[in-house]
Amino acid sequence: MSGNLLQFRSVTKEFESGLLPWTRRRMRAVDDVSLDLRAGETLGIVGESGSGKSTLLRMALRLLRPTSGQVLFDGRDVGALQGNDLKQVRRRMQAVFQDPTSSFNPRQSVRQILLAPLEVHGVGTRDSRLRQVGDTLDLVGLNATFIDRYPHQLSGGQRQRVAIARAIILRPSLVVADEPTSALDVSVQAQILNLFKQTKRELGLTYLFVSHNLGVIRYISDRVAVMRLGRIVEIGAAHDIFTNPQHEYTQALLAAVPDADVTRRAAE
Amino acid sequence: MSAALTPATASVRHHGVNWRRWRLLAIGGTLVGIVIVCALFAEVIAPYSPYDLDVAVMLQGPSAMHWLGTDEIGRDVLSRAILAARISVQVALVAVGVGLVGGTIIGIVAAYFGGWIDLALMRLMELLFSFPAILLAVILLASLGTSILNAMLAIGIIFIPGFSRLARVATNDVLRQHYVDAARTVGMGDGRILLREILPNVVTPLLVEAAVAFAYAVLLESALSFLGLGAQPPEPSWGNMLNTGRGFMAQAPWLGIVPGMAMFLCVLGFNLLGDGLRDAFDPHLRE
Amino acid sequence: MAEARPHRRADRPATLAIDRLRIEIAMQRGVARVVDDVTLEVWPGEVVGVIGESGSGKTMTALSVLGLMPRPARIAAGDIHLQGQVITRLPDAERRKLRGDRVAFIPQDALRALNPVLRVDRQVGEPLNIHRGTPWEKAKQRAVELLGAVHLPHPAERAREYPHQFSGGMQQRAMIAMGLALEPELLIADEPTTALDVTVQAQVLKLLREIRDTHGTAILFITHDLGVIAELCDWVYVMYAGAVLEQGPVERLFGQPAHPYTQMLLRATPTVRTVQAELLSIPGQIPQPFDLPAGCRFADRCPQRFDRCAREPPHIQVESEHTARCWLLEGEPVRLPHESGIDAMRPSTRSG
Repeated sequence: MSGNLLQFRSVTKEFESGLLPWTRRRMRAVDDVSLDLRAGETLGIVGESGSGKSTLLRMALRLLRPTSGQVLFDGRDVGALQGNDLKQVRRRMQAVFQDPTSSFNPRQSVRQILLAPLEVHGVGTRDSRLRQVGDTLDLVGLNATFIDRYPHQLSGGQRQRVAIARAIILRPSLVVADEPTSALDVSVQAQILNLFKQTKRELGLTYLFVSHNLGVIRYISDRVAVMRLGRIVEIGAAHDIFTNPQHEYTQALLAAVPDADVTRRAAE
Repeated sequence: MSAALTPATASVRHHGVNWRRWRLLAIGGTLVGIVIVCALFAEVIAPYSPYDLDVAVMLQGPSAMHWLGTDEIGRDVLSRAILAARISVQVALVAVGVGLVGGTIIGIVAAYFGGWIDLALMRLMELLFSFPAILLAVILLASLGTSILNAMLAIGIIFIPGFSRLARVATNDVLRQHYVDAARTVGMGDGRILLREILPNVVTPLLVEAAVAFAYAVLLESALSFLGLGAQPPEPSWGNMLNTGRGFMAQAPWLGIVPGMAMFLCVLGFNLLGDGLRDAFDPHLRE
Repeated sequence: MAEARPHRRADRPATLAIDRLRIEIAMQRGVARVVDDVTLEVWPGEVVGVIGESGSGKTMTALSVLGLMPRPARIAAGDIHLQGQVITRLPDAERRKLRGDRVAFIPQDALRALNPVLRVDRQVGEPLNIHRGTPWEKAKQRAVELLGAVHLPHPAERAREYPHQFSGGMQQRAMIAMGLALEPELLIADEPTTALDVTVQAQVLKLLREIRDTHGTAILFITHDLGVIAELCDWVYVMYAGAVLEQGPVERLFGQPAHPYTQMLLRATPTVRTVQAELLSIPGQIPQPFDLPAGCRFADRCPQRFDRCAREPPHIQVESEHTARCWLLEGEPVRLPHESGIDAMRPSTRSG
C-alpha cells in the first residue's frame, strides 16, 4: 500500500477557558499544521511541553475535533465521520498511550481488555476471538499465563506489552503512540522499542510516534517532525534532522541534550 | 522517578492499618447485623406482639415480664422497638436505593456529557441540596400525602444531590484516565463505555457513602415520624415512639430512652460500617 | 593514568560517608532489603551521581541521609556520617536541625514540594527563619537575592507570586534557591530534572555546576538518565536492586564500564549524537527486594554469567578506585570482547 495514510491539512486547535465572556481566554494548542504520513513509515514527532504534539495526536484519533482544517485518514475526513463509518475507520487506527497505570480499566483482566476490541467490532466467534487474543499475546512476547492477570499485577513493561497487544489485535493500518516509553526504566524501554520495531515489520504497520525523548525518536523514526508552540518548525529524514538540523530551535534542542560522550568533553 | 519508594510503601501502609480497619468493620457489622435481624425476624424475636395492649400493665418500668417496660396503652416496649427496626430498615433501604440509583445516573451523565447538560443538572442538584432536608421532606409529604412509602420517596429524593455529586467527581476522575480514551479509540460506543468502563470504577465510593446514608435515612425517618409524617400509629417507629415518649419523660423515661438508644446504636453501626468499608476499599491500602 | 579520587582530601572527612548501609522494610511477604550493604562517599566540591532504575534503592538511600524514610523502613545496619559526625540514629529533633541547614534536598516534583497557598519569597526564606531565627522581612529579602542567584528572571516581582504561576523550570529553581538559603555542605537532588523539558534541564544542570564551582558544595545527584550523569558528575555509583554494582570516575564508567549491567545499560540507552542500528535490551526484570537471589543479583539477566555467579561477588578493583562487583574481573584480566561505552558506538550507515 502506498500513498498517504494520514494527512493533516492546515489543522488548528484552539481551547477556550473561562465561562463568562470577559474571563474567556483562548489558547492555540496546534497552529496551522499540515503533515503527511506515508503508509509504511514511522514518523516521529518530537517537542517539549506545550508544543502541541499530544493534541495533534488526539485529533488524529478523533478524540478531539480540529477548530479548523481537516484530518484525513486514507483520504476521508475523519472529523466528518459518524456512527458506523467512524467505527470502521477506528478499526484501522489504534493507539498506545503513555502512563501504563491509567491505560487500563483496573477492574478488567488482560483477557477482557484484549477481547473488548474484538467484541466491539464483532470480529469472529467467541472461540476464534480467544485464539486471536492468545496469538496477539504471543506476538508481544507474553505467554498465556498473563491472560488472567489484572493490570496492577503487571510490571510497567508488561503493561506496555499488553497496550501494544490491544493496539494491534484488530490488525490496524496505523498505530499512534503517545510517549509509550516515557514512564519505563531504560532497560525495559529498550525492550519495548524493539518490540515496536519488530511488530511494525511483522504486521506492516505505519507509526505516528510522539515523544519528548530525542534519543527514542532518533532510534525509532524514519522521518522526524519537530514541533514548537503548536507549529512544525522542521521536518525531514531522521538522519538529516539529527546530523544537520536547519532550524535554530532544532539546533538548540539537540545542543541541550546532555552530552554522553565523555571523552570528547574531557578533551575540551 | 522515585519508583523505589512506591511499591514498598504501598504494601506497607496496608500492613500498618490492618488492625484498625477490621475493628471498625467488625463492630459496625455486628450492630448493623443486629438491626437487620430484628427487622427480618421481628415476629419471631419479639416476646410479645407489638400491637397487643393490656391497659392493666400500662406505664410499667422494666421488669422480668417486660424487659424494657410498657408504654401508655400497655404494649411491650421491647417488642415495639424490635418491630420499629423493620420500618427503619425498610425506609432506609428504599430511600438509599432511590438516592443511589438516581444520583448515580445523574452524576455520571452530567460528567460524561459535560457542557450544558452538566450545567443544567448540577444547578438542579444544587437547588435540591440547598433545601434543609426536613423542610424538603415536609413539603414533599404535604403534597404527596403522608405514608411510609411517600416518606421513602421523599428521603430518597433528598439523597439524590449528594450521590450525584459523588458520582460526578468519581466519573471525572475516571475520565482523566487514559483507558476511557483507549476505549473510544478502539471504537466503543458511549453506552458500552458508560456501563463497562465508567460505572464499575465509580461504584466503590458510592457504596461507602450509601452505608453512611443509611444512618442518615434512619434519622430522617425518625424525624418525620416524630413529626407525625412518617409511620402512622399503631405502626411502631423509633421516631413516633420518641414522640410519645417525649410526653412521659417524667414518669416513664424508658419510653423515650429505648427508641433513642436503639437509633443511636443503629446509626453508630452504619457509620462504623461505612468507615470500615472506606478503609477496606482504599486503593492505597489494597495489597 | 591511575589516580585516586580527585576530590578526596586527606585533611578533612568526606562531606557524606555512607558505610555499609542496609535498609529493610518488614512486609507481609517477607523482609524487603531495599538498600543492601551500600557504601558511598561524597567529597566537598564533588558531584556524585547515583544511577539506577526503579527498585535500585537510590531514593531510599538519599532519604535515609535526611531521616525522611517512610516509617516502616528501618536502618538495619551501617552508618551515615556527615563531615565525620555519625548521624545514623540521630533523634528526629536533631535531624530536623540538619535538614535545610547542612543538608538540602531537591525533590523530583518541585510543584508538589511547594506550598500552593504561600508566596514564593515566604517559602524560599523559610529556612532562614526556622534555622537562624531571621525575621520574616529580612528572610524574604534574602529570598529575592537567592532567586536572583539561581538566575530567575525578575526575581523581585516573581518572588511575590505563588508557585502555580511559575513554570516547571522556575519552580525547580525556586527549590534550588530554597536549598541554598543556608549554604549547606551537601545538596541532595533526587531526579530534579526528570520532569523538565530538555532545554530547561540544560539550564538547571548548568546552574548546579555553577553552585558547585562558587560554593564548593558537595552534590549527590540521583537519576536514571545516563546522559545527565555524563554531563554533570565527577564520580558515579551504579545501583541495582539495592546494591552498588560499580563505582568510579565518570570517564571510566562511560569509556570502560566494567560491570555487565553498566555495559548493557549504556547500550540500551538511545542516543542522539550517534545512531544505533539496534538497541540492546536487557531481558528479564529487576528482582523484587524481598525476593533477592542468593548469588550475584544481576546474574539471571546477565549474558556473561557463569558458575561463580552463584555467590555474590565483592567489590573487585578494576583500576585505582574504580571497582565493580563482578567475578569476571577476577583471575586473568581477560579483556572480554565488547563494545564499551557510548563513544565507541559506530555510526550506522543507514538512518535509524
